[in-house]
Amino acid sequence: MKYYVYIAIERKEAILDPQGKAIEHALDSLGFKEIENTRVGKLMRLTINAGSPEAAREIAESASAKLLANPIMETFSVIRVSETPVLSTVEPEIA
Amino acid sequence: MRTRVIVFPGSNCDHDAMHAVKNVLGQPDTEFVWHKEESIGKDVDLVILPGGFSYGDYLRTGAIARFSPVMKDVIRFAKDGGTVLGICNGFQVLCESELLPGVLIRNESLKFACKEVYLKVERDNTRFTSELERGEVIRIPIAHGEGNYIADADVLADLEANDQVVFRYSTAHGEVVREANPNGSLNNIAGIINKEGNVMGLMPHPERACEHILGSADGLKIFESLREYFTVTETVA
Repeated sequence: MKYYVYIAIERKEAILDPQGKAIEHALDSLGFKEIENTRVGKLMRLTINAGSPEAAREIAESASAKLLANPIMETFSVIRVSETPVLSTVEPEIA
Repeated sequence: MRTRVIVFPGSNCDHDAMHAVKNVLGQPDTEFVWHKEESIGKDVDLVILPGGFSYGDYLRTGAIARFSPVMKDVIRFAKDGGTVLGICNGFQVLCESELLPGVLIRNESLKFACKEVYLKVERDNTRFTSELERGEVIRIPIAHGEGNYIADADVLADLEANDQVVFRYSTAHGEVVREANPNGSLNNIAGIINKEGNVMGLMPHPERACEHILGSADGLKIFESLREYFTVTETVA
């Protein structure tokens, strides 16, 4: 079975994010005064052949720990394991 | 001194390193090793991981190079006490390989920094810096977009406590101040060494400052230190 696994990689809070800061300042100058903070991370989609969604998740987590994220400065989370390559969830939208 | 310069796809200071060691320092036994090789060869004294943009800096700087076939042998060599010098991208590869602590992230300015900087020498009792004096200020160019050294607070405290910071960005007079820091590095760190003293990484390019015609020959002292170290070692042996 083919699974599409989405992984979000974020910088740890303590790590400076100069790119996020630059975007934050641009948003502020555009008048988005409500946006207090902006941080930039990465979104990856892995297409994984596995026997179950749990197995696919496990493979994605192992790949993240080994290569995709550097634990010194980043954290990762598998945010979706899906049979279709779309990120949007089927849950009802709240906004 | 038998030196091997590792070449990754995207390395672009490999020839500079080769020129500095082979021609300027006068060490004929200096060769390139392509990243696909599984061995660096026998009886190697020094491995240089050169500057550049290995694998286009994709994912994180140095992150993919770290898993190149040759790196397995480089890591084995380093763990056996072999001498490894990582310059710029080579420093980033050493951090990703966990041969050195911490990591290098985007410059605080978000800009690529390409200029000559002053470095204060913090250690003259290493095999890489014996020809320098502690407290001396040297002038060497930098050329990087991601040279901002960071580490967890306890790792940083450990580095300082163990005297592992070898070079810091400073003014021409050796003042380690924020204005002299080109990339936002913690504690103005420009280069560090491992606890065992056989692996050093630095962001500035000593191989580009080995001849007066290039504006500075201060970098040559690092290579001269290494030559001295291996000459003495061979004599004793």
